[in-house]
Amino acid sequence: MRMPTPDAAVIVRRAEIAADLRKILPGEGVIEAEDERRAYEMDGLTAYHESPLLAVLPSTTEEVSRVLRYCHDHGIKVVPRGAGTSLSGGALPLADGIILGLGKLNRILEIDYANRCAVVQPGVTNLGISLAVQHAGFYYAPDPSSQIACTIGGNVAENAGGVHCLKYGVTTNNVLGVEFVLIDGEVIRIGGKHLDAEGYDLLGVIVGSEGLLGVVTEVTVRLLQKPTTARALLMGFPSNESAGASVAAIIAAGIIPGGMEMMDKPAIHAAEDFVHVGYPLDVEALLIVELDGPPAEVDHLIARVEAIARANAAVSIRISNSEQERLNFWAGRKAAFPAVGRISPDYYCVDGTIPRRRLSNVLTRMRELAVKYDLRVANVFHAGDGNLHPLILYDANKEGELERAEALGADVLRYCVEVGGVLTGEHGVGVEKRDLMGTMFNDADLNQQMRLKCAFDPAGLLNPGKVFPQLHRCAELGRLHVHHGQTRFPDLPRF
Amino acid sequence: MSRFRPKDERELTEIIAAAVAQEEPLELVAGGSKRGLGRPLQAPHVLDLGAFAGIQQYEPEELVLTAGAATPLAEIEAALDRAGQMLAFEPGDWRALLGASGSNPTLGGVLACNLAGPRRIRQGAARDHFLGFHAVSGRGEVFKAGGRVVKNVTGYDLSKLMAGSYGTLAALTEVTVKVLPRPEATRCVALRGLADDSAVRAMTEALNSSHEVGGAAHLPAPVAPESEALTLIRLEGPIPSVEARAAALRRELGQFGPIEILADEPALALWRAVRDVSPLAGLAERVVWRLSVAPSAAPDLAARLASGLDFRHFFDWGGGLLWLAVKGAEDGGAAAIRGALGTWGHATLIRAPDALRAAVPVFQPQSPALAALSARVKDGFDPKRILNRGRMYHEL
Repeated sequence: MRMPTPDAAVIVRRAEIAADLRKILPGEGVIEAEDERRAYEMDGLTAYHESPLLAVLPSTTEEVSRVLRYCHDHGIKVVPRGAGTSLSGGALPLADGIILGLGKLNRILEIDYANRCAVVQPGVTNLGISLAVQHAGFYYAPDPSSQIACTIGGNVAENAGGVHCLKYGVTTNNVLGVEFVLIDGEVIRIGGKHLDAEGYDLLGVIVGSEGLLGVVTEVTVRLLQKPTTARALLMGFPSNESAGASVAAIIAAGIIPGGMEMMDKPAIHAAEDFVHVGYPLDVEALLIVELDGPPAEVDHLIARVEAIARANAAVSIRISNSEQERLNFWAGRKAAFPAVGRISPDYYCVDGTIPRRRLSNVLTRMRELAVKYDLRVANVFHAGDGNLHPLILYDANKEGELERAEALGADVLRYCVEVGGVLTGEHGVGVEKRDLMGTMFNDADLNQQMRLKCAFDPAGLLNPGKVFPQLHRCAELGRLHVHHGQTRFPDLPRF
Repeated sequence: MSRFRPKDERELTEIIAAAVAQEEPLELVAGGSKRGLGRPLQAPHVLDLGAFAGIQQYEPEELVLTAGAATPLAEIEAALDRAGQMLAFEPGDWRALLGASGSNPTLGGVLACNLAGPRRIRQGAARDHFLGFHAVSGRGEVFKAGGRVVKNVTGYDLSKLMAGSYGTLAALTEVTVKVLPRPEATRCVALRGLADDSAVRAMTEALNSSHEVGGAAHLPAPVAPESEALTLIRLEGPIPSVEARAAALRRELGQFGPIEILADEPALALWRAVRDVSPLAGLAERVVWRLSVAPSAAPDLAARLASGLDFRHFFDWGGGLLWLAVKGAEDGGAAAIRGALGTWGHATLIRAPDALRAAVPVFQPQSPALAALSARVKDGFDPKRILNRGRMYHEL
């Protein structure tokens, strides 16, 4: 993975830049010492690391604005960072750029139950929001698996999902407004406690922009009332095909479960060996379907899902009759990553989305690729929305295994695109999938996306090296090419 | 004045490229049902996108549908209905409201205007269901964004940007939307005779309950059927579920007065009326405003406006959407409405004579920084201001 060549002229000015930034952030807000900077050298994509020029930790929107203005005026690159849990390298530092850590902006500013929303600073954790409102029966719906650590600012940058998003939406569907700062220091507010801001939906592009458009300093999120009941079914199937057919039949029957997760045989075994909750080991695929809502609805739908699964060859069906039992069903799925981490020195989590009907093709191809690259793969799958998470097992200490794991992951993602899917369902492009963007988008598509970037950050100082294989100059992107020197309307019938 | 009707993407590209070269703006139309929305245009040419029609791929079990942008909404809804599905954002039919009878709303038009009906509070607006598209930009270049699956974060979410851009950034040719199962049953909990503030409190209580309310509207007496204020709370889902939730709400909202529960068809008809703004559509001499506000601020806002304006109104979205039909004010009430609104939300002038829509800002004026950013976004897609120039804001 090639990152933009660091600018040695910036790196030699490290001490001077630190001194300038300390005038904006007195005290401990500017981290310069090499051993302290190293704490920021990677995020959740641990294969890559780089020590940043400096780590800068503002406490207020005003400080964020002044730091950005300084970087803008001095041509210094900025990599925004929340909790650093990105799995795609979204917060991977640059040697000639500062890390802008938003962790000190960690206050919940307002909880407004009458308008069912909360106003929070970007460093508040995802789970922190739900914990703050749970006494009133509310929660914040998107629940990425890192929710105990990941911050809402990072969630906004990555448009984070989770296991409940088919029914409750991802981050973009649950954010009402943001305050953000442009690279030149301008503070802009969009939306608020009302729905659908006026004018262009810039909130919709800020969410999921992976830190390339602006730095979010405040977020207004929607709060939902927690469903009164949740019950789950744990169902084993003799093949991935029959499990996939059950998923399609559940949706075709008009049922949108709160969660619908699938695991393949290697994932089932790894999870059961780790948490011992009684997953069936003689099946090829496991489906966990959770229904939530009013008790009358949940009981009614549980019976319907059970009937559908039986009609689709389920060999074992358990239905939770207590909260503990429901949590046990989930325990293996939730522990799937550490469980795999126990049977392999390292693993690499891939994130693609496919049309669900192509699941068996994709799993078959994955098995072939695993043989080709001589690596093991375990699969967990957000079955409701087609979001696959193959976990590729490797050993970083063995020569060439990381490279093989990455090559296998890239081949899997290329195949996802080939069958009509996409490169990333919820982890983001970051550096990880940057060079694969061309498999999904042609130059015209990518140029149009970069023109949006130009509207926000014409100098390309915010998070360079992420998302786009090559960032073109805005002047070049803005040039109009009149086709074939055409200056006349074509000779078409006019009405 | 010419009217171009390209039959394919190549012809569309050529027309836009020529318009760019000559710097002559184009008005984008398909079904023509929303030509009266936004600021009046003075484009020398009409670009008719009607040829980009037809459902291309619909897989109910994948919850996605791909169609030409100019596919009539009626055709989309009929296909979804046959499979027991729907556009969950519940786009309204504004033909009666806008005096556009005989026109034919299209899927692309609904998306470009980011419409959303009463279910907005639970399922989101058009933006939340718009998964991907193919288009020709105002630079005369074909491009695409998004995908054909329900969960995707690959690249910027340009579908959101297209939603609500009123055709000012690109001419959509093909769109993909998320679709959802149609609820098996509907129940409507109805309260009568409530004042605005009590009605919003009742709706808030219902929305803050765990009963999964999928619609909350209040029709004050002057616009309600039978001239008695009517507060409506909608529940959707399997029969045992809606029955249980309706019974629970009847108990929990008892303090607000006697409660009636309407089943399926009478309830559905009421919700169609709310969705289509029918209570105000017939007041032809009045201009119509749509205010998106923080729900809790809505009743007080209506009360403050009543001291200086003559209007009829009703609430949707649990108070978060306030519709006003204003009579007699010289500026249509723009100054009073936007003054009272403050930072609680935004107001759009939906129906008014051309002269008034040219004279007052149709969309909420933006802060200078946000307006400048929006103009730079427009620059990236349509630097010569060819597509629907001035439809949203003068400078876009």
